[in-house]
Amino acid sequence: MKKIARYIAALGIISALASATSFAEAEEASDAAPEGTEAAGGPDIRTLLFGHIGDSYQWHITRIGKTDIAIPLPVIVYSSTGWHCFLSSKLEEGPYEGLYCAEGGKYDGKIVERDSAGNEVRPFDISITKNVAGLMINALILVILILGCSRWYRKHDVLREAPTGLAAIIEPVVTFINEDVIRTSIPQEQSGKYAPYLLTVFFFILINNIMGIIPVFPGGANTTGNIAVTLVLALCTFVAVNFFANRHYWKDIFWPDVPWWLKVPVPLIPLTEVLGIFTKPFALMIRLFANIMAGHAVILSFVSIIFITVKLGPALNGTMTVLSVFFGIFMDCLELLVAFIQAYVFTMLSAVFIGLAHERGEDREEVNTLNAEE
Amino acid sequence: MPDSGLLFWMLVIFIIVFAVLAKWGFPLITSMVDKRRNYIDESLRLARQTNEKMSGLMKEQERIISEAREEQNRILREAAEARDNIIRQAQDQARDEAAKILAEARTRIEAEKESAVSQIRSQIALLSVNVAEKVIRKTLSDDREQKELVGKMVDESLKADISSGRAN
Repeated sequence: MKKIARYIAALGIISALASATSFAEAEEASDAAPEGTEAAGGPDIRTLLFGHIGDSYQWHITRIGKTDIAIPLPVIVYSSTGWHCFLSSKLEEGPYEGLYCAEGGKYDGKIVERDSAGNEVRPFDISITKNVAGLMINALILVILILGCSRWYRKHDVLREAPTGLAAIIEPVVTFINEDVIRTSIPQEQSGKYAPYLLTVFFFILINNIMGIIPVFPGGANTTGNIAVTLVLALCTFVAVNFFANRHYWKDIFWPDVPWWLKVPVPLIPLTEVLGIFTKPFALMIRLFANIMAGHAVILSFVSIIFITVKLGPALNGTMTVLSVFFGIFMDCLELLVAFIQAYVFTMLSAVFIGLAHERGEDREEVNTLNAEE
Repeated sequence: MPDSGLLFWMLVIFIIVFAVLAKWGFPLITSMVDKRRNYIDESLRLARQTNEKMSGLMKEQERIISEAREEQNRILREAAEARDNIIRQAQDQARDEAAKILAEARTRIEAEKESAVSQIRSQIALLSVNVAEKVIRKTLSDDREQKELVGKMVDESLKADISSGRAN
């Protein structure tokens, strides 16, 4: 109890200090921008929030005084003048090779060029943005972790030694997913074939979720909270489900076991089933994206409370700071849980969908014939 | 809307990660875990079998020990009986022997006694004849006395004959 009390006291002091510094900083900020780009005079929370959640051409780390500390990332675009490849820091001084960052409008924050009519158009853009760089780092971490684990198995006799180090951490998780999720959802003959994909998906999402929670450099990229990332993952599950499905699966979609008038003149049920093929991965995509993005948004909002309440005076600002720090800690813990749960849910649902695509029809047909005989 | 560049890179990265992990990562880990689980299952099964076998062996051992103990008891009992028999036989024999020796000794003593008695008798007869000769030589000088003596002697010898005949 004494220890916990000490921790709480320490947290209180830290949050109080944080409130003091934030108060000073906010005052400084409002002094620095006297003309007031924001209508209310406070910080523009919307821009701040979407700046953190969204993508960018550089990896902004922090701002010390008035200088931004950011890692410039390579820009790779194919515009009307051909391929361009340069560091994003070149864009800070204005247009570079006819390309510049759009401000406002349809392509806000993206690299655009002007066509002959003077309209802003987006070139084909495969820049290594913050999210791409984050994905690469996370992918590297994932590969190192898993290959490190499998290296242990290569070097040691699994029948004589218990796993140690990295293998001891990875193995229980792999076993848990493999036994409780994959093998219970997919029939025995197919589960081995799909296990590597589902395990990759699980660990990929988990690592990306956790790295997204970490606020400083190697982490902090909102990868799984980006719809492009979840779209690719959902697409892979879609392929895994539908491209290797058995006959029974397609029969169930186009000629399900329902009264004939539900499918003959107007194919009502087959239509919904066909729609279901696409809604299942779509739901996967939206679920993961929304959960992670919302989590980040909530944490950022709690942090923003500190800066919003600056105007309301030191007393209120101080209380709100303490409060927001506590809520922030709570949300971070919750996000850790969500990071695992969302990875788990995505993997489990993918496994269930794959399992449905490999279901054997015989059992159900037998039941049906039995019912008909009765 | 999902950004095309990010989509492209995500696809590339995910496919590479998947390819690498599906080739060198997860199959190895899962197969090793399976291998170990099978090994553990097998070991447990074996241990159970061995235990059963062991308990069977223990029972067998106990049976053998109890049998051996019975055998030992039997042998001891037999040995005791045999010993008693031998002792009894020896005692019987000794008794017989002793009796035989005693009987022999007795007959010999009897024979000795007989011979001694007969010797003594013949000696006495000789002595009495000698004594009679000497007495006769001395007293035959006087007639009257002679007549008296002869009469006395005849009486005495008659008496002696009768008593010796009785003794025999």
